[in-house]
Amino acid sequence: MQSELLWRLKSHELSDIAEKVIEGERLSLHDGIRLYRSHDIAAVGSLANIVRERKSGNRTYYIVNRHINYTNLCVNRCPLCAFSRDRDAPDAYTLSVDEIVDASGDVERNGATELHIVGGLHPDLPLSYYTHMLSALKERYPTVHLQAFTVVEIAHMARIERTTVTGILRRLRGAGLGSIPGGGAEIFGARVRSIICPRKISGEEWLETARAAHLLGIKSNATMLYGHVETIEERLLHMLVLRETQDETGGFMSFIPLPFHPANTRLAMCPGPTGIDDLKTIAVSRLMLDNFDHIKAFWIMLGPKLAQVSLAFGADDMDGTVAEERITHAAGARTPQRLAPEEIVGLIREAGREPAQRDTVYGVVSQRSGAGSGASTGCGGMCAVQKKDRR
Amino acid sequence: MTLSPDRILEKALDGERLSVDEGDALFRVDDLAKLGSVAEAVRQKHHPNPIVTYVVDRNINYTNVCVSRCLFCAFHRDLDAPDAYVLSREELFQKIEELLSVGGTQVLMQGGLHPELRLDYYCEMVHGIKERYAIHVHAFSPPEIVHFARLEGTTIGEVLHRLQEAGLDTIPGGGAEILVQSVRDRISPRKCTAEQWISMMRQAHSMGIRTTATMMFGHVETCADRIEHLRKVRELQDETGGFTAFIPWTFQPGNTGLPLRSVGGHEYLKTLAICRIFLDNLSNIQASWVTQGAKVGQVALRFGANDLGSTMIEENVVRAAGTQFSMTVAEMRRLIGDAGFEPVQRDCYYEPVVTRSGSVGC
Repeated sequence: MQSELLWRLKSHELSDIAEKVIEGERLSLHDGIRLYRSHDIAAVGSLANIVRERKSGNRTYYIVNRHINYTNLCVNRCPLCAFSRDRDAPDAYTLSVDEIVDASGDVERNGATELHIVGGLHPDLPLSYYTHMLSALKERYPTVHLQAFTVVEIAHMARIERTTVTGILRRLRGAGLGSIPGGGAEIFGARVRSIICPRKISGEEWLETARAAHLLGIKSNATMLYGHVETIEERLLHMLVLRETQDETGGFMSFIPLPFHPANTRLAMCPGPTGIDDLKTIAVSRLMLDNFDHIKAFWIMLGPKLAQVSLAFGADDMDGTVAEERITHAAGARTPQRLAPEEIVGLIREAGREPAQRDTVYGVVSQRSGAGSGASTGCGGMCAVQKKDRR
Repeated sequence: MTLSPDRILEKALDGERLSVDEGDALFRVDDLAKLGSVAEAVRQKHHPNPIVTYVVDRNINYTNVCVSRCLFCAFHRDLDAPDAYVLSREELFQKIEELLSVGGTQVLMQGGLHPELRLDYYCEMVHGIKERYAIHVHAFSPPEIVHFARLEGTTIGEVLHRLQEAGLDTIPGGGAEILVQSVRDRISPRKCTAEQWISMMRQAHSMGIRTTATMMFGHVETCADRIEHLRKVRELQDETGGFTAFIPWTFQPGNTGLPLRSVGGHEYLKTLAICRIFLDNLSNIQASWVTQGAKVGQVALRFGANDLGSTMIEENVVRAAGTQFSMTVAEMRRLIGDAGFEPVQRDCYYEPVVTRSGSVGC
């Protein structure tokens, strides 16, 4: 693989960066900018692929999960968001704990291993609402992992309860919280936040809260919402500060770049990122974030076609079956609201990768043998080899 | 003995022609970035300037009545279906006027194989347009021309001659699907044969009528069938030089008689790259954002395509199969620019359009 790459990159504008990648050296901000500025996306992609295959081989992860958006009320009302509502809006909603438990009723039937729970910043729900939600779900679905509440929601709960985020995290963990999703990071830079989410916690607070969770042994993910008003440098600084935090705590499981969907938001004048920008962002993040094990292609926002292509550009995770995502769809996403596991497996196989169903913390639940390869070889063997392979 | 995939790619980079076996071997390369970078290098040889073209046109489907009733098609209707239609001359002219008002330069007209409309009807249609408007008429794919000849009891040469006289400029390369008869027997048994498609194109080219060529893949065909398709196109191009561009796209399964899963972006980009690498005598390869969406459509520009196709202010056939994307000229130019190319509006011969103010492009 590496010799092939050298064959291609000799006298290439990125050959010195290629050298660093092959040697496993850490890339600088300037390297990141050069990678972004290059129009040779195949070269950038194949560099990212070196790191991706070093970390995950040919394996591509996916999870069988369900999303629950428990409320669309939100005191932040960020300009970037098409989902949030004021309390008196006719379509404002808040699900009761019973409704949440009932809405999750298909998780066992579908073999889902995770509930992914995020919502708006409700003006006055007490902490007990969230802890009851978790304990009721845990009681009804004891084997399902609860990945719930972005650090933005956790910081909001701390403010409402007038306590520390650590106190909140302890209570949530006691009620059944398994891990924390990576949302609300957007772009950490203050200039950007003042435009796209002026009332949201600062980048520093986001990182502080994530650090507090990691210190308690609660793993989390990290996202980056891009393709609105930010510069390339602001994206890279976002990645670099995550890399520093990860050096410190090791608590991030995956990085998830999220392409901005402008429809119905107050930033609708932004066109949103193009496909090439999406692939570069996946690839550059794979290259910059040398201490993150996984880069996730969130197909809900990328579209299944581009998410599949991104498996050759550094991504090693196709996320989940999702079922009923509301937030991106409020912003005009025309992707389906769920994909069946067979569809995700088909996309992974067609890209020549080996699908592996994972749990939330990247343990392999079931590995499908063999990678598929194009139409000539058909679907290949779909036999699922049950294998417990906790890495 | 077949070379290793890397050797085959190096051969292509050196400008050598690939054999059918070598083309077929490329389908077993899963390193998408590698195929993309070779296709990109080959594109640069054909187009040393960093330009990507697009056309402002309209796809007018004059009727959805079709006796061919192909399994992969969601657009066709029987003559007595409640939603069967044939556009009136007035509707046709109105659509062309709308197109001209947004700077359109050509009209693409294709329709079903109507059992009753005769050659005079089509000749009058083309003549009526050319007499009223300064617009390029790109119309009637080979299955339509073959069908006209059959209804008329005359030769394909005669049909082409009459249409050319009426003002037909160029012919779209639709209906090629996969130019392997065993595949056509399964997906489009009543459509013109692979041999008829090729010989109609040969005849058109010999009369100075330029055409495009297409390939619809991702259904029941094998990769060997795809390469056989490309071989036939390459061979005819050697002979006539009459193809202006090659346009591969993927089968869209919605509402069709083929209950298959559509192939993904990976398979599309891989096949596109192989088309660019294999078709050494075709200068233009078109990306299909209509079937792939704007994102993968744009990525295709770095996988061998040098043209982003049409703004498609109207498209009905792919939409009937459940896929609907739309695109403005401004968005098209943004995508091209963001991919690192200069966007240039072209005509049907892939030449820059000189606007009324005299400047090139928009």
